[in-house]
Amino acid sequence: MSRLDGNMLAGRLVEVLGWDATTADARCAQCGTHGPIALALVYATSMGTVARCPHCDGVLAIFVEADDGRVWFGMPGITALEVTR
Amino acid sequence: MSFITRGFSGRRGERDPRLPPGQTLVTDWPVLSAGPTPEVDTADWEFVIRTENGSHQWTWDELRELGLEDIATDIHCVTHWTKLEMPWRGVSLDRIWESVETEHEFVMAHTYGGYTTNVPLEDLLDGKSWIAFEADGEPLDPEHGGPARLLVPHLYFWKSAKWIRGLVTMPTDDPGFWEQNGYHLHGDPWQEERYW
Amino acid sequence: MSFRTPAALAGASSQPTVARRRATWHVATVADSRPETSTARRIELDVPTWPGNDAGSHLDVRLTAPDGYQATRSYSIASAGDGTRVVLAVDELPDGEVSPFLVHDLRPGDQLELHGPLGAFFVWTPPSADETPRPVQLIAGGSGVVPLYAMAAAHSAAADATQFRLLYSVRTPEDVFFRRELAALASAEPALQVDFVYTRRTPADWPTAAGRLTRNVLDTAAVPAASRPSVYVCGPTPFVEAVAGWLIDAGHRAGDVRTERFGGS
Repeated sequence: MSRLDGNMLAGRLVEVLGWDATTADARCAQCGTHGPIALALVYATSMGTVARCPHCDGVLAIFVEADDGRVWFGMPGITALEVTR
Repeated sequence: MSFITRGFSGRRGERDPRLPPGQTLVTDWPVLSAGPTPEVDTADWEFVIRTENGSHQWTWDELRELGLEDIATDIHCVTHWTKLEMPWRGVSLDRIWESVETEHEFVMAHTYGGYTTNVPLEDLLDGKSWIAFEADGEPLDPEHGGPARLLVPHLYFWKSAKWIRGLVTMPTDDPGFWEQNGYHLHGDPWQEERYW
Repeated sequence: MSFRTPAALAGASSQPTVARRRATWHVATVADSRPETSTARRIELDVPTWPGNDAGSHLDVRLTAPDGYQATRSYSIASAGDGTRVVLAVDELPDGEVSPFLVHDLRPGDQLELHGPLGAFFVWTPPSADETPRPVQLIAGGSGVVPLYAMAAAHSAAADATQFRLLYSVRTPEDVFFRRELAALASAEPALQVDFVYTRRTPADWPTAAGRLTRNVLDTAAVPAASRPSVYVCGPTPFVEAVAGWLIDAGHRAGDVRTERFGGS
């Protein structure tokens, strides 16, 4: 598995937030840099999808999708993002 | 709302009665990673155990000198694949824990790269876990957790933390990385403890 | 301190990006499916509820097995504009779960669930009247050409005068996606300049031997950094990361380079 761009989170973000937040400016809780979520580095496996800060590799957000359809979404590493729906 | 897609059956491995519920047999070894692969030189590698009473440290050589053993064990990934009778080589946690004293009943595994996972101490001792250095007769590849990973084969494989760096005891069963994000605190494959 | 904030989003706080088309789930019917290359298929879909899409955007295809198991994968859209006909070009991954089904089993009349249009970042739209046009450099690795082809086609459809160049790295001439369409765009006005790099086998009479794209070739074939092009790179992750690195080394600003990694090796 190799990494993807945050742009690939668009579908999941629409499902959990209702809008395509890939162009939203988000701040990394670990290092303080900010930028569009589309620039995050994304590691996606059947375990889950993890978005990391391109500057410090800190975890920004996680999506877990269970086989029975349950979905978990966490944004432990984003202090805030600008809403640009 | 979803309708069945004509002609799509998904990917299904072989079913085998020796497997825990919901598992299918594989013969390859899938790589699942949540981040970049850490590169750790064994010359710089250290293993630490920290308790309420202090901490213990071992270098690469010191840990291995405690005694390597060969085991063959089944491993079960929560993403439904199982490998049977996989050969591993490592140091039993029982040997490492001989010099450790704690009243705590739980442990958080810490790794190079920052990944964490929680395991009850009773699931690590009495022959249940190892610090593993080799799998399938070869030193562990970085993508599979090398140079060393925790091996707790009776629990779902996400508990067998790759790039293990240390264990920190704790009085409560605090959730590690995946456990915070939907996965079960304990993770027993025979009870299908997959999610919250 | 910021991520490599693209120039187009600088000042985003005063000019919020507005999603022009909301992403929703659609039922698509396969109108046509034909070979595109030896490993890829061009699939044309009728999507009556499609709101149209910008060039470069993608969609998610979700398949459902009889036991309820679902698999979802993202695919770049080869078409752009306001119509309800959506074109995909899907390359089969050897160990894939979804692409072999789409390439081998999908038939006209079949229905698919789609989520889209998605991805407001890796898109190109014609510059507005008050924008200073910038040259555009597209760099494609294999099937990574799909969203870049969409951009080139949109550029032509808009009769946009911006300079557009496509550097397309591909294994053999038979692996070229949209070969005829690209040739047509190259001879149309405003022209698209297409440069091919053949990594395994070249056409007969090709002036250079087959070989991977190198930094030197990139430097000669791409719009120079001094012209401040908007650069879009798409393809397998190692290809994209190598090319992006070379672009930065050549003086392109990080904010001027947008990438779409396809994963894989």
